[in-house]
Parts: sequence; structure tokens; C-alpha cells
Amino acid sequence: MINVSTAVPNDNLIVERQSSILVKGGQRKNQLKCDAESIAGCVSQRACVYCGARVVLNPVTDAIHLVHGPMGCASYTWDIRGSLSSGSELYRNSFCTDLKENDIIFGGEKKLARAIDELVEKYESELVFVYSTCVVGVIGDDLEAVCKTAAHKHGIQVLPVQSSGFIGNKSAGYRAACDALLRLIEPPGGARPINSRRPVKSVNYLGDFNLAGEAWIIKDYLKRIGVEVNVVFTGDSNYRDLKKAPEASLNIMQCAGSMAYIARRMEELYSIPSLQISFLGLEDTAASLCKIADFFGEPEMMRRAEELIKEETIAVQPEMGRYHEKLAGKKAAIYVGGGFKAISLIKQFRELGIDVVMVGTQTGREVEYQTLHDISDDGTVILDDANPSELERFMTEKGAHLLVGGVKERPLAYKLGVAFIDHNHDRKHPLSGYVGAVNFAREVYSTVCSPVWKYARETGGGLYAVENSELPER
Amino acid sequence: MPWKTANYRNVNENPCNMCMPMGGILPFKGIEEAMVIIHGSQGCSTYMRRHIAEHFNEPIDVGSSSLNEKGTIYGGAQNLFQALDNIRKVYNPRLIGILTSCLAETIGEDVEGMARDYLKKQGLDNFPLVGVSTPGYGGTHSEGYWLALKKTVAGLARPTEKHGGINVIVPNLSPADIREIKRILEIMDVKYTLLPDISETLDRPIARPYTKIPPGGTRVEAIRCMPGAVATIQFGITVEDNISPGHYLQSEFGVPLYNLPVPMGVESTDMFVGLLAEITGGSVPGVLKLERGRLLDCMVDSHKYNAQGRGAVFGDPELVCAVVRTCAENGLYPAVVATGSGNSGLKEILGPVLVECGQDVCYLNEADFMRVRTSCRENGVNMAIGHSDGKFLTESEGIPLVRMGFPIHDRVGGQRLLSVGYTGTTNFLDRVTNSLLEHKYKNYRATMYREFYREAGK
Repeated sequence: MINVSTAVPNDNLIVERQSSILVKGGQRKNQLKCDAESIAGCVSQRACVYCGARVVLNPVTDAIHLVHGPMGCASYTWDIRGSLSSGSELYRNSFCTDLKENDIIFGGEKKLARAIDELVEKYESELVFVYSTCVVGVIGDDLEAVCKTAAHKHGIQVLPVQSSGFIGNKSAGYRAACDALLRLIEPPGGARPINSRRPVKSVNYLGDFNLAGEAWIIKDYLKRIGVEVNVVFTGDSNYRDLKKAPEASLNIMQCAGSMAYIARRMEELYSIPSLQISFLGLEDTAASLCKIADFFGEPEMMRRAEELIKEETIAVQPEMGRYHEKLAGKKAAIYVGGGFKAISLIKQFRELGIDVVMVGTQTGREVEYQTLHDISDDGTVILDDANPSELERFMTEKGAHLLVGGVKERPLAYKLGVAFIDHNHDRKHPLSGYVGAVNFAREVYSTVCSPVWKYARETGGGLYAVENSELPER
Repeated sequence: MPWKTANYRNVNENPCNMCMPMGGILPFKGIEEAMVIIHGSQGCSTYMRRHIAEHFNEPIDVGSSSLNEKGTIYGGAQNLFQALDNIRKVYNPRLIGILTSCLAETIGEDVEGMARDYLKKQGLDNFPLVGVSTPGYGGTHSEGYWLALKKTVAGLARPTEKHGGINVIVPNLSPADIREIKRILEIMDVKYTLLPDISETLDRPIARPYTKIPPGGTRVEAIRCMPGAVATIQFGITVEDNISPGHYLQSEFGVPLYNLPVPMGVESTDMFVGLLAEITGGSVPGVLKLERGRLLDCMVDSHKYNAQGRGAVFGDPELVCAVVRTCAENGLYPAVVATGSGNSGLKEILGPVLVECGQDVCYLNEADFMRVRTSCRENGVNMAIGHSDGKFLTESEGIPLVRMGFPIHDRVGGQRLLSVGYTGTTNFLDRVTNSLLEHKYKNYRATMYREFYREAGK
């Protein structure tokens, strides 16, 4: 494989990181190292197992989300996500057993049991998720036993989530969350294929967390083509609806990084097939609607899908056209959590005439990196589990005009004089479907073409500090 | 005055504090060319970076030893050494702080010993590695902040000839506040070492070239020389001796310690300015007198509006004290005084300040927001002052929140909020008063209508 450090010499690149970075076109196949543990001292942008689990489960609106551990873990995850609810607001509280030194020494099981008792009495929920944290994994509290006893005592479901931070990376947390969900949806008497599916075309929509109402937008599209959403995993979901999950005739999956595992298990356990779809961008939204209609094989549904696509596309075209005109030829860098999102973003940027010069993810899987490699242009830097130093270097060297990323990446981009798109879980505007595609384009336009760069670029940081490099056109 | 304290309880509902290592990061961001590593699992550093970055709108790089299952079972020395190697290679820092997480502490990692081993192995005799034991369950971010400062001072300070300067040790204030304290020191012609100095590092101008570690911060050499100062002024009246850097300098090196409240409000700023005049033998410059006069004018102008406020103040103990004193000076008497910290000095310090107010005051330590909310309701609070998590009070109880302290993650400009000195206090009081006025204008028509209007014949 191409050694990036010889392609672009740089003293700061850590040797162990070289196999996680490649330049498209350097070799025939993608040989990127991914899904590996972060290297110590590399200032990885990744979070932990607990974070992964919390992201997936927290949108379950009527559950008590109880963190068994010290306060910090509960503090950093209190209501920071933009998942919306049409019902209960209970999920927006952060409950914690607030373990202290003595609890660490003597064990936290009794305290946990009392905490569950108190919360269940106060909030009358039918469902409690108990998240384990690093210390709990080390001191060996038996979460399983405490939860079982509590469930029996209160006649509700109390599910342990095995999310100790050190047992893997964020992906392990997705899996821990999915295991809890699988237990939740299991019918009494054990998992088995459901013979009598509901008569309507009903799907489970996996991997949408209803950020700024995104799941509501997609539910409406599906309704318009004659498909009913049984339950969303997990945006705006609740205990009762999740229980019905095995009755659906199809799983459609947006965020594959978090949901591929549960989709596979539901196929094994309940014979529910699954489709990978994406509602990010015009191209993927249209393709996904057709894919769903195609699955059900009904000409009328396909007709309605095509009608919807035509109608919505025509409606957004004038505005999208204006942005395309302003943005064509600009260069984008992508650094996001999961691979599916990165793939959709490359297509979305193409819709706006923007070239992607760098793309990376925190937890992309091998199959997703293969796709990223296939669809990228020659010369695009592809990297897994990047850090600020690498992001700075490749954005600068590649002359990126904008970066898509999360909260931690934003100030870095700005300091470098690079425009920025928030594509994280605490955003307050939808990026899904047609309305989302327009929002995205508008955001790209508003940041790339902002007048502030007229003033900031002369004094700006890294991007403009590169000797002999031309100032990119704004 | 009922004394209420949050005793041991089984469940915390909506935290009012963060954890120890989070607080420990901040001082290292105010030391020149310093980096910091969290010895623990990857998530800790990422969560904290995210939180700090959102408050300051600055890139916040924090290393992690990325402890995995193997490291947890067999010990994490190799992970930590690798982290130190990589951080030194990429960032080339002049000092590295190492903070521990819950995980490292629970498996019994001796971070200070490991730091010594690393230096020996690498043949780095003089490189400052500051190990700080900060288990997340051992205290809040406030204690983490002060402990990291104390360990830094203890690790670097050397017997030094008297140099005539003053040490100024500051709590977690905004970069704008630090700039204001430095301005006052400079106006008064004081030679000083201010620690930690985040005034430039965490409020960085757009400038080229971009450097991985932001310019600015307290110089390592200056910290080494702190024992040679004629005095230490520490804004830390709530800080217990065992985590107090000022106390350390006094007991180890005999540097006289003046533990002052944060210079906010008339009295506390007078104390600071007066002490500087006393130590340097100078007088208070005219420009500060003018600023003081303007503050008094601001207070007189707004005192009647403030009299209508019944406040809840929450956050870091040191800042809570400063805010309560300032509000009380202006006739806005807090009814709820809360901190997530276990620090129990608030009532002792603030009791005498609030004795004149003629109202009950509910003091809460180890508080959570559910408890703060209940107390606000019971005590008729109509104004909250504290960090952004207090937005919960606005949403659930309709109480307006004046954002102050750390973290401020739902508004921009947390790093630019100026609240200290005569000028900063004036800014702060305007923010509070305007918040009360905004609330009043928004509601008074409907309130009066509800209260007094009756349809004819009814």
C-alpha cells in the first residue's frame, strides 16, 4: 500500500497510524485498517462504549435511563442530543447512582437496587435501562442480577446495558444497546418467527434518532407511498411500540453502523428481511423510496413513490440550483462518526458540484470503506479514526473549503479558516429527506460563501499559512 | 435560616457538576506549551474535549492512554508510555499533565510513579511531567481543578531567590475575566505570575500560522519561581488546604498567602485593589477610581429592579460565593445557593453576608438539578444565575437564567463573559438586571390582566 508519509512528507505522522490512512488511486484495492482500537496518545476523536450505547438507547422516550457509575458519565450525556419526542419527556433526564469512593470499595449493587426502586416509584415507567460504566465493569457489580430482581419486584422491564468504557470502542456500545433492545422486543416465551404479520405494509425504521424530527419526515414520505412505520429504532419510540417490533414485515436501516447487528439478528430470530437505505441527499432519498417500493413489489406503490420523488424534486430544484451555481468546484473534507453517513455525504456534495478531497470516519466498517474507496475521486485522502493533527494536515494540504463533522472538529476548522457543517446529534435542524437536503445545501452555502472569510482569510490559520499555495477561491 | 444539605442518596437526578479529571484539564490549558493526557479509556477525554470545546469555541486537544481490556487487567503502563511518546512527537510540549480517570484509579494505577519511570526510561531528567490523581468518583470538577493546580505548583516550584513579584492564583474564570485581572495588575504596576493563564490560550485570535498548542499561558519557568514571590494572592476562599496551591507555597516556602474572594462586586474588588496597593506600597490609580464610580452609578441605577429578584445561584463553589456576594450588594438576595460539590463551606462563608437580607436561604451542596428545581419552587425563585445546565430550570419552571461560569454550551461567548473587577461587575449587573427587565416586560401585561381585570357583572 502507499505510504502516505512518503507521498506527502510530514514529521508529525505517528508510524502506527500509517496503515489507517491512504490516498485513493495509490493502489487498486482498499486496504485501509479500520475497526481497530485507538492508539494511545493519538488524540482520537472517538468516544467510548458507554457513549455508543447511550446514543442508541437514549431516544426511547418513556424509559428511565439510569447510569450506574460516577457522576461525570451522566453529566456529559444529559440531554445533549436533539432527539425529539411526541410523547413522554422522561428520557431527557439523566439519572445516576453517583458512585463515590465507598461505593467503589464496598460495591454498588445495593445502591443501584435502591436507585431503581426510588425512580420507578417516582416516575412510573414500564422500562428501565441501566448503563454500566468503566468502574462498574472493574468492581464487578452483577448488573444482571440486580436488574432481574428489580424487574421481578416491580413487574416491569429492567434491562442492563453492558457498556463499560474499556471493553471496546463506540461500536461495542452500539452492540450492547442492540442486545438490550433485542431483549426488550422478545415476546414472552422466546423469540420465534411471527406467522401472522400485520396485514398492512409495515416496516421498522432502524437507525434514525429523530434528530430535529427527521424520523417524522421519513414516516410521512412512507405513508404517502402506502407504507406504515411500525416503530422507529429508536427516535421517538416508546416501550409499547418497541414491543411490537417483531410484527413488521421489513426492516429498513439508515444508520448501519449502529443497527446492522440488530437487523441481522431480527432476520435470524423473526425472519424479518432488511434493506439498507439512506435518506440523506436527493439521490439517496429517491433511490431509497424506490428500493422500498420495489421490495413490496406493488406497481401502485412504485407509482406513488415516483410521483412523490418527482413532486418533491421539482419543489426543491430552484433553490438547490442557486446553491449549486455558487458552490460548484469547491472542495470538501468529511469526518463523521459512521461510514453510511460519509457515503451519503459524498453523493450529496456531488449534487452540489463539490469535490470531496478527504473522507474519514470514527467507526466505519470495512465494507463501508470499500464503498468510500470505490466512489471517491483519485487523490482523495481516506482515513479511519483520525485526530486533530491529521485533520489539520490533510484539510490544509488538500485545500479544503469546508469540513463536515461534530462539535470537537468545528473550532479546528474555523481556526484554519475552513467553513464548517454540523452533522452531529445535537443539531436542531433536520438533514433528512428533501427538506433536509435543502437545509444541508443552505448550510453549506451560508458557511462557504459567508462574508466573514473576506476578513478572516488574510489572517487565517493553517490553510492559508501553507507556503506557495494559492488562496482558494471563495 | 434552615440549613439543608443533600446527604447521601441513592440517585442523582440531573447532575449539577462534572467530574474531577474534567476540572483537571483546564489548568493545563493555561500553561505555556503544555499538553495533557487522561490515563483511562478513550471516552473520558473525548467527552471532556467536547464539553470544553463547546464552551470556549476553541480546539481542545487532550490525549488519552486509550486503556482497553488488556490494559485494565495487566496494568496500563505501556499504554501510558505510548501515549506520552506520541503526544511528545506530535505536539512537542514543554510540560505534560497526566490525569487519571475512574478506571485507572480503580485498577490501582500509580500515575506519579509511572511518570517517574517514564522519565528515567527516556533519560529526561528535567522534563516536567505532572501526575494528578483525579478519580471521577473522588470529587467534582472544582476539586479536580484545584488539585491539578496544586500538583503543578508542587511539581515545579523550586527554592528561588526573592524576586519581588506576586503570585496570583485564579479559579476557573473566563478568559475575559483573566484579561481583566491582568489589566488591573498592570495598571497598578505589579510584577506578577498569574496561574493558570487561559486568557490567550482559550480565547485565541484568528491568526497565522496555526499552531497545535495555542500561544500564551503561564510560563513553566515562572511557575518554578513562584516560591520567590513576596506574596500569593489566591482567589480561593472555598478551597480546602489540602488542594490549595497557595497554601502549599506558604507552608513549603513561606510565601505569605492572601486568600481573597474572586474580585467581583464592590467589596471584593476593593479588597483586591487595596491589597495590591498595600503590597506594592502604591496608591489606587485614577482610572480604577473612575471605574469604581461607574459601578456604583450602575448599582444605584438598577437597585430597584434588582430588589424584585429572588435568586438561585449554582455552580463551582468559588464562583457561587462571588455571585452571591455581588448580588447581595445590589439588593438581589439569593434564596437558593447550590453547588454540586461536596464543599460545605458555602453556608459558613455566605451566612454572614446574607444575614441582613431577612429571608430564608436554602443552601445545597452535592446538589442535583431536581433538588435545585424543587427548592426554587418552594422559595419563590424568579431568577437563576449559573452555567448552561440551568436551562432545565427555565424549561421546567419558567425561571430566566443568566448564564455565568462553566460550561456555557447553548450560547456563544462563554469565553468572553466579563464579570470581575469594577468594570466586569458592571457588565454582570447589567446582564442580571436586563434579564429581570426582559422577564418583566414579557409578562406584566398578562399578569396584571389576570390579577385585576374582572368582566363587568362578574
